[in-house]
Amino acid sequence: MNRLTDNFKQLNARGEQALICFVTAGDPDVDKTVELAAAMYDAGVDALELGIPFSDPLADGPSIQASSQRALDSGMTAHKAMECARRIHARVPHLPLVLMTYYNPVLRYGMDRFAHDAATSGVDGVIITDLTPEEASAWQQNAAANNLATIYLLAPTSTDERVASVCKSCSGFVYCVSRTGVTGARQDVPQDLRDTLSRIRKHTNLPLAVGFGVSSPEHVAAISAFADGVVVGSSLVDLIHNNRDNPSLLKIAAEYCASLKGATRSSKVGSNV
Amino acid sequence: MAQVSSSSSLPLPDLHGHFGPYGGRYVPETLVPALDQLAAEYDAARQDAQFASTLSELLKHYVGRATPLYHAERLSREFGGHIYLKREDLCHTGAHKINNALGQILLAVRMGKQRIIAETGAGQHGVATATVCARFGLSCDIYMGEEDVERQALNVARMRLMGAKVIPVSSGTRTLKDATNEAMRDWVTNVRNTHYIIGSVVGPHPYPMMVRDFQSVIGREAREQVLEQEGRLPDMLVACVGGGSNSMGLFYPFINDIQVHMIGVEAAGMGIDTGRHCAPLTAGSPGVFQGSASYLIQDEDGQVAPSHSISAGLDYPGVGPEHSWLKDSGRAEYGVVTDNEALEAVQLTAEREGIIVALETAHAIAFLNKLKMAGRIENNTVVIVNCSGRGDKDMATVARELHL
Repeated sequence: MNRLTDNFKQLNARGEQALICFVTAGDPDVDKTVELAAAMYDAGVDALELGIPFSDPLADGPSIQASSQRALDSGMTAHKAMECARRIHARVPHLPLVLMTYYNPVLRYGMDRFAHDAATSGVDGVIITDLTPEEASAWQQNAAANNLATIYLLAPTSTDERVASVCKSCSGFVYCVSRTGVTGARQDVPQDLRDTLSRIRKHTNLPLAVGFGVSSPEHVAAISAFADGVVVGSSLVDLIHNNRDNPSLLKIAAEYCASLKGATRSSKVGSNV
Repeated sequence: MAQVSSSSSLPLPDLHGHFGPYGGRYVPETLVPALDQLAAEYDAARQDAQFASTLSELLKHYVGRATPLYHAERLSREFGGHIYLKREDLCHTGAHKINNALGQILLAVRMGKQRIIAETGAGQHGVATATVCARFGLSCDIYMGEEDVERQALNVARMRLMGAKVIPVSSGTRTLKDATNEAMRDWVTNVRNTHYIIGSVVGPHPYPMMVRDFQSVIGREAREQVLEQEGRLPDMLVACVGGGSNSMGLFYPFINDIQVHMIGVEAAGMGIDTGRHCAPLTAGSPGVFQGSASYLIQDEDGQVAPSHSISAGLDYPGVGPEHSWLKDSGRAEYGVVTDNEALEAVQLTAEREGIIVALETAHAIAFLNKLKMAGRIENNTVVIVNCSGRGDKDMATVARELHL
């Protein structure tokens, strides 16, 4: 079983949900990204999504678009992001790592090399935002050969038929998109999210993590009541950017993550997996 | 007359929208159900005689089709052979874009969508979309790069006059590529009540196929007209390629006429060697961008590279997947024309034929000079150039560059 799934199971057995945090590799720079990952791990983050920036991130809102552009402007590449993952893994080997990117950088890297390098860098799974299982047979093979989880997204618009077929290709966990829309902090948790998750749960035993728009401990607590994990990205990326020159950056990021993690423990509903 | 002919004998993409290794559907999951719905609705519409006759009537009485196939005698004297212009510039709104916008709005109405969004570069697709939204009473938001809002001010005013909201896009390169990203993001967010009218043969399946089919009225008419006027098929078809909708529309009905040579003309911008161009088929490599696999201008890391063309409508780093397939299969040839050559062609066509063409179209006309220089136009060579749009929108740029 994949380390990601394992991790969820252990957490759920303890009555808590997984906190997955997203940062863009190389924003503000690789050294900081490595240090942030370590600080976030110490603050209780259960898995890290490391973003490999792409010039045209069409599923992302303003925060991650800007973050990707900053990273690219400072010379970040997929190869350097892979090196960043390697360094994070060396520093905090127990922190599960997921790469998140778009398909073109993976294609350009070479799908087989990408999967191989990811696995040898200590990466547990990969999310390719614009790759759905229909177009992913070559990627599935490369990922499987390197024991990488293939994490796909499901959305509120996904039909039951699609939920069933996407779940078949999914491993590690299922990334449940909280609402129709792009990534980015929002004020509220959508009303129909619980229904969407129970619909998905009928088709899979994999852990369900909810992302897109999750930005506060209140959101995390609300979602933890019915999901196995939450993903927080844009608000953290903004926090890091706004404090990039602050000597207390690591402390500020760690405190934010700790407050989110606390909210995953406050929910009494556990053992969903 | 405009009619939807049977395309059963013509090659199609496969069921998943693949043209060989190109095309397909590379989008965030949220959009997949909407694309499935669109594909199903388009399939149903294609078999619906009522849909075909409604579209045909509108193309005739609203758009003004069939457009003439005009024998340009003085251009023929300049370049040799028999040069014909397929006058899409005479369509209502001034370009071929309306053919597709009309087809798609009928589909949107069938699907019960209340809101339309679109991206635009030169503004011609934005104007066409705003036009059909006004005609059918649907709300309309147009995404347009800030740079294009500046260089195509006339079209911005036209869209606003027809009640559309023009949303300037300031991200990335502030041109068509970024307007398309923003339109996709809007669609991901509002997919339940919104239809996205993509303006070219790009994007995820079924768009490249559907837009091609709606634009194929150009080639169907041209084929019939040239047979009537010349008594035979043409030797060459020439059309500019940005995303590639006017060229696909002209080429597609001739695709099985293997004696007809098809030439797509990309924008070389400041010159291919400068790296400041929009010629993915000539100087790019295969990749995945904005929903489909196709040739793309990209760097060694797979980041999409900035494009440049004096023509906003060609200023796009990608190209329709079927063009990639036509290139690899050798069925079509692709050439390039620089900004300056296009400007000269605008002037030449104005002076010799009294027709002010769009900068996009001028790329196709400028290529005639290269064909002439290469000795490829003989006295009896019949060439159809797609005169895809009129040049009013470009007058500020043209006046500045040509010191008028």
